[in-house]
Order: sequence, then structure tokens, then C-alpha cells
Amino acid sequence: MSTPRYVVGIDLGTTHCAIAYAPIPTDDTAEPPVPEMLSIPQLVAQGTIEARELLPSFFYVAHESDGPQSLPWDESRTYVVGEHARARGVDAPARVIASAKSWLCHPSVDRRSAILPPGAPEDVERISPVEASWRYLEHLIEAWDHVVAKGDPDLALTKQSVVLTVPASFDASARELTTEAAYAAGLEDLTLLEEPQAAFYAWLANRGDTWRKDVTAGDVVLVVDVGGGTSDFSVIAAVDKGGELVLERVAVGDHILLGGDNMDMLLAHMVEQKMVAEAEEAGRSLELDRWQRISLQHAARGAKEKLLGDGKAKSAQIAIAGKGSKLVGGTLRTEITREEVQAAIVDGFFPVVDSAARPAVRARAALTQLGLPYAQDPAVTKHLAALLARHAEALPGGEAKKGKAPKLLQPTRILFNGGVMKSPVLRERVAGCIDAWLGEEGAEGARVLEGADLDLAVARGAAAYGLARLGRGIRIRGGTARAYYVGIEGAVPAVPGMEPPVTALCVAPFGMEEGTSADVAGGELGVIVGERVNFRFFGSSVRRKDPVGAAIERWKKDEIEELAPIEVDLPTEGRAKGDVVPVTLRSSVTEVGTLLLEAVPLEPKKKDERWKVELSVRGSD
Amino acid sequence: MVPLVAPLPFFTRLWFAWVVFFKVLFDGVFAAKIFTPQLEEPKGAEPPKLGGEPAEKPAPVVVEKVVEKIVERVVEKAGPPPTDAALQLLALLQREGRFVDFLEEDVASFGDADIGAAARVVHSGCRKALREHVKLEPVRSEDEGAKVTLAEASPNEVKLTGNVQGKGPHTGVLRHRGWRAVTVQLPTAVAGHDARIVAQAEVEL
Repeated sequence: MSTPRYVVGIDLGTTHCAIAYAPIPTDDTAEPPVPEMLSIPQLVAQGTIEARELLPSFFYVAHESDGPQSLPWDESRTYVVGEHARARGVDAPARVIASAKSWLCHPSVDRRSAILPPGAPEDVERISPVEASWRYLEHLIEAWDHVVAKGDPDLALTKQSVVLTVPASFDASARELTTEAAYAAGLEDLTLLEEPQAAFYAWLANRGDTWRKDVTAGDVVLVVDVGGGTSDFSVIAAVDKGGELVLERVAVGDHILLGGDNMDMLLAHMVEQKMVAEAEEAGRSLELDRWQRISLQHAARGAKEKLLGDGKAKSAQIAIAGKGSKLVGGTLRTEITREEVQAAIVDGFFPVVDSAARPAVRARAALTQLGLPYAQDPAVTKHLAALLARHAEALPGGEAKKGKAPKLLQPTRILFNGGVMKSPVLRERVAGCIDAWLGEEGAEGARVLEGADLDLAVARGAAAYGLARLGRGIRIRGGTARAYYVGIEGAVPAVPGMEPPVTALCVAPFGMEEGTSADVAGGELGVIVGERVNFRFFGSSVRRKDPVGAAIERWKKDEIEELAPIEVDLPTEGRAKGDVVPVTLRSSVTEVGTLLLEAVPLEPKKKDERWKVELSVRGSD
Repeated sequence: MVPLVAPLPFFTRLWFAWVVFFKVLFDGVFAAKIFTPQLEEPKGAEPPKLGGEPAEKPAPVVVEKVVEKIVERVVEKAGPPPTDAALQLLALLQREGRFVDFLEEDVASFGDADIGAAARVVHSGCRKALREHVKLEPVRSEDEGAKVTLAEASPNEVKLTGNVQGKGPHTGVLRHRGWRAVTVQLPTAVAGHDARIVAQAEVEL
């Protein structure tokens, strides 16, 4: 394998993808290069190609009437990735895959089976969430090879050092599936990085050496990343270790499917109601068609950005055109005021709440349609309060402080990221809430760190991290954001209506670092040769102290959550089919950043015999 | 050497000579361009007579300039025929801002409120399309209404109006700052794409 010439950061986002890259310096003493964005050639309309910094994460299965979807590097393609795919999502929604990444971390579907687009017509060949991610990466790789490598095999993206970002809230199996997609696309030199960390690296790179003035030992940085489809939070602490400043990621939030798209949808719905009411007042009846609704959503987004931007405009005009070629007379018009946006977005999604507020959880209806598990409470601030309260004791040495234990993890700095947080009004609201919570605790307010280009920071930060990994530059330590457990059912007589008690055996502790591994002492598992054997699998983002091999019999509700089950498939080689083989587990965190579980037989038939435990199998639903 | 270009038919040449005769006689800039042996970038083609008659051009100078630039760039690269680039720009404006729909519609029978509503759609969309693809800057950086003295004015950049006479440097009031297309980035058309289709017909199933 040739030595990589570039570090490449890839932001594989729920709504957009982006690539940043920097040449690997050959001279160690030189200033680290500043990552640049790659303009990604993509179809933006039928037969039209343009290079843009963002590649919308949409996949369109072309119909025979569309003809071939030619790209400069493939003339006979039958599907589209990018802007044109997104636009076709408006015209022909049943053929378009959106939010594939959210499906990738959906625990109760088989993410390797062809389920997308959901509800597609019969002539559409469906693909799996893994394949959708693979197709996005494939497009990025081909675009890079077309623009940068230009046929030079040494410069091909698959030969470069790639940092791929994932949400901090992705569990072990979602990370594994992401790498699976990346390997399928052909990437070889791969590392995963959590998105909020990437945003922080982008901030570090942006500040150069002066960042140490803003973040010193004892500071706790809360990263609030609200993108198009998801919200992701992380807490990074600056700790003094023997005179050296060390950055440690100490807490991550849950996976929340809530973002800018939800806000635009709500606003559009509100405007529609208003238009209908206005029409009725004038004695007309009005019904928007699907196409007008989508245009309305775009218009509402524009109005939102204007009214939540500089804070000067009092109202914004919204006009949506009819679908036919008649424009004048067919255009609907209304006005949206600052107060309305304030009520819908600022107070609706970022309400002022006290630190004891928690997101509401509705009981799921018995017959739930198989869909994405969207956040049930749209209040971002409540999710944030819950995160800080949950991790009140996350700081190293946090409990040792004198006086009463803090009820909240107390951030001293806030870093915003994601398109939604570009609005100064929303940034102020979030910072204001956090300051009020800190005030309740008698702590000082947190200072906002000024980030740059909130849409592209993750890709840039990923490239900056790639450079930091290769040489100098501070790195954030963290390890796994969860502790992982295998569920062992107790051998008790079956009692109708009562589940057998489950013991959670810790197989990977919280904060397990890259490149380390551990043998799980105790808890032998019996595996049947030649058969797939499932085990229940659990994770906890709050139990920080369980060592490997700890058997947990009782835990508080919400402390440990059940993940998709894991599976061992023992080959029959050297053993009789149907034999029960006792195994122990061995866990490691790979250099890539994924969790690897292996079953090690107690009586190996050959040296170093072990089998991989599959993390991402179909969940029980 | 075999000529690469096919010779023009006689009657076309006759017509062309006729047109060029008057054009050379009355259009100083055009004459200057012909006079310079090589057709260069407009900037480099300095006319022999400074302060001569400015180009007699129709009013919407800006639009014409933009289109001209694109065509020139495409021609330089020997890419698709020049009309393709113009059609692409038109398709772009239609896609983003319903430009062609608007111009092709008879607005006489509608009230200002209806036209205003439609104009918002056209304005916001076309502006987005324009800003994404053409980087424009004013030709003159002074404020409109300011007094300016033209040290050396290229007839391409500045049009003198009013009491036009005498030798430079000229002093006058800036009435319009002008527009210059700094960069033009048009989408690439896929092979086989018919640029003449400015907007596809849509049939809902």
C-alpha cells in the first residue's frame, strides 16, 4: 500500500455530506496546513452537473422515464446521489431515500436488509441502510478521484488517510455498520471520530495556538450540535494531568432525531394554517397541493433564517408559486412575523425551562408503524437539561469536591455547531438557559466559544484531527462513550407473566480506549456449533465504574438500555455439529474506533482460535 | 494548409460586408477591435483613439455584458456551442426562479398585488441562482451621484453620456456604477443533454 498523501475528513451527515482535506506535511516543524473543502460534482438537475461544497444525503432510484443519470465518471448510472436526488424527493418521494443515517442506528430493524426507501413501489430495487451510506461514500470517493486524483492511483481517496465522523450517540453496532459501509466503498485507511469532537477540533484548528487562552485546566466545554436531522451533545473537560493539559470527552447525549428539518416543517404547517384562514376570511377556499407544501417549507426556512438572523427584520414575506407555468395570479402570498417565528421555533424548540425539566416520553401506541424513532419531545433545551443532570458526576474527581454534590454537570464553555445554531437568537436562548441552570447551582455562567462556519466545521475538524493523529497537536481522549454488557438469563423455573431475571455481564468498560483489549473473566457462554446463537446486548452511558467481568443484577431504570442483540455463528470445522462449546468473551476497541467482541473457546482446537461476535443483527421488535 | 473553417456562401458574405461597413463607420469600439490584428480579451484591446465615441449600445448594458462574458469564456475553451451556455443560464434562472414563466406570461390583466407576489418568487429564486453562478462587482467603486474623474477610461467599462465632447481626462457625475462579471461558473451539461429544453414538461401520474 502506498503512503497516504492527504488526510481527508468526511462528514457523513444525516442531511448533508462534506469533504475537507489537507496535504500531509513532510516537514514536522512546518505549520500544520489548513484543511480545504472539496467541491463535490453532482447532478443538480436532469442532465446538469455542478460542483458544490455540500452533497445532500439523498438517494434517488431513477425511473426508466428519467433515462441514464450520467456522471462524468459513469454514463449509465441508474441512481442519483446529491442535490438532484433531493429535488426528486419533492416530485417523486416514493423513490427517494432520506435520513439513511438515522435508519443506520435504528436498533429494531435489520440494517443490512433492503428496506429503503420504505413504502417504495415495486419496480424500485430497495437497498439497505448500510448500502445507502456506502453509496454516499462511493459518490464522494468518485468525486475526489475525478477532481483531485485524476487517474493517479496514489492519489485515489481509498489510498488516503480518512477520518469519518459519526454522531457521538452512535452505539457500537451503528459504528460497526458505518465502517462496513466505508470498507464496502473501498476505503482502507479509516478512523472514526465523533461529530461534536470534530466540531471542537475545527475550533482548535481555527484558533491556532491561542486556544489555550480560552480553554484552561478545569474548563468544561459543552458542544451543542443541532443539524438538519439530529441533535448531538458532548461534554469535553480540560484536565490538568501532571502539569499537562489533557482534553477528555466525559459525556455524550442520547441519539435525538430532532433538527432543523422539524423546525421548518412546523413553521410551514403554521404558515399553511394561516393562509387557509386568510383565504376563508376572504370567502375563498384554499388547499395546498404537495408541491406547494414543499415550496412553502423552503420559503419558511428562508423566513426563519431571516427573522432569527440579525434580529432587525420584523416580518418576512412568503410567496409560493403554483406548479403550472402560470405564475402571476397563481402565486400565494402571506407574511410571517417575528413574533410568530419566536413562538414556534424559539419557544417551541428551545423553551426556557429549569434544570429539572425532562423530555416528555409518550407511551408508544401498541401498533407502531415501522418508522424512525423520532424524538417525542421537541424541546432541545429539555434534552440538554436531562443530559447535564444525568452526567452530574461525570467529571474526573467530581465527587471529591467539598460540599453538596452538584445536581448538574456544570459547563464553563459552550461551543455551538450545526446549521440551526447559526442563528444568534437561538444561540442566545440556549446559552441563557444554561446560565440560568448554573445560577440555580450557584455557579458562574458559561462563555460561548466562537466557532466558524457551522455547516462545514465537522468535515474540517475531521481533517484537522487526521493531522493531529499524525503528528503534533492535542488530541481529545475519550474511549467508548458507553459500557457494554452481555445479558445472561438466570436458570430459574419459568413463571408465566414474569421475565426470567437477566444479569448484565460487563464486557467493555466505559471509556475503553482505542487499541486496548480485555478478557472477560467469568461468565462462560455455551455456543452451539453450526448454529447462530443470539445473546442480549446492553449499553450504559452513565455506569462509569463497572470493570470488565462485573456482573450487574440490578440497575435503575434508564441506567442500562437494551441494544440490538449480538450473534455468534460457530463454523463446524473441527467440531461436530450441534456440540455445545464453552467460550469466554474478549473485547477490544480497534484503531478504527469500533468495538470488537470475540468468542474464545476454553479448549481451542488450534492456536489463537477465536470467532468474531456479530454486533449488528436484527433487533427484537 | 487546408482551412479549418468552411468558407461562407457568397450572399452571406455580401450581407456581412454590408453590415460591417456601417458598423465600422459608426461604432468606434467595433472598429477598434477589428483594427487590432488579434482578437484578445476586451481589456487588452485598447482602441487607438482614446475618448472616442462610446459604444452605441442599448439600455440594459448589464445583462448584455454578463451574457457576453459567458459566451466568450466558453468560446475560449472551445466547449459547447455558445448558445448552450446562454440556454443553461436561462434554464438555471427558470429552475430556481421561474424566470421564463414570468416573462412569458401576460401580466397586463393582473393587479400590482398579484404581480408583486409573483415577483417575489422570481426575485428570490433568480437572485440565488445568479449569486451562486456569477460573481458580480460594480465597475466603479464610488457611490452613485459622486463626482468622478476618469484618468483613463476604457470604452468597455465606462459610457459617457450628456455633453460628450473634448479630450480626457473627463470629470462627471457617476450615474450608474455598472456591473462586471468577475467569475462565471456554469453547470456542466451531461453528454446527450438537450440544452434547448429550458424546462421539462411535467406529467403527474
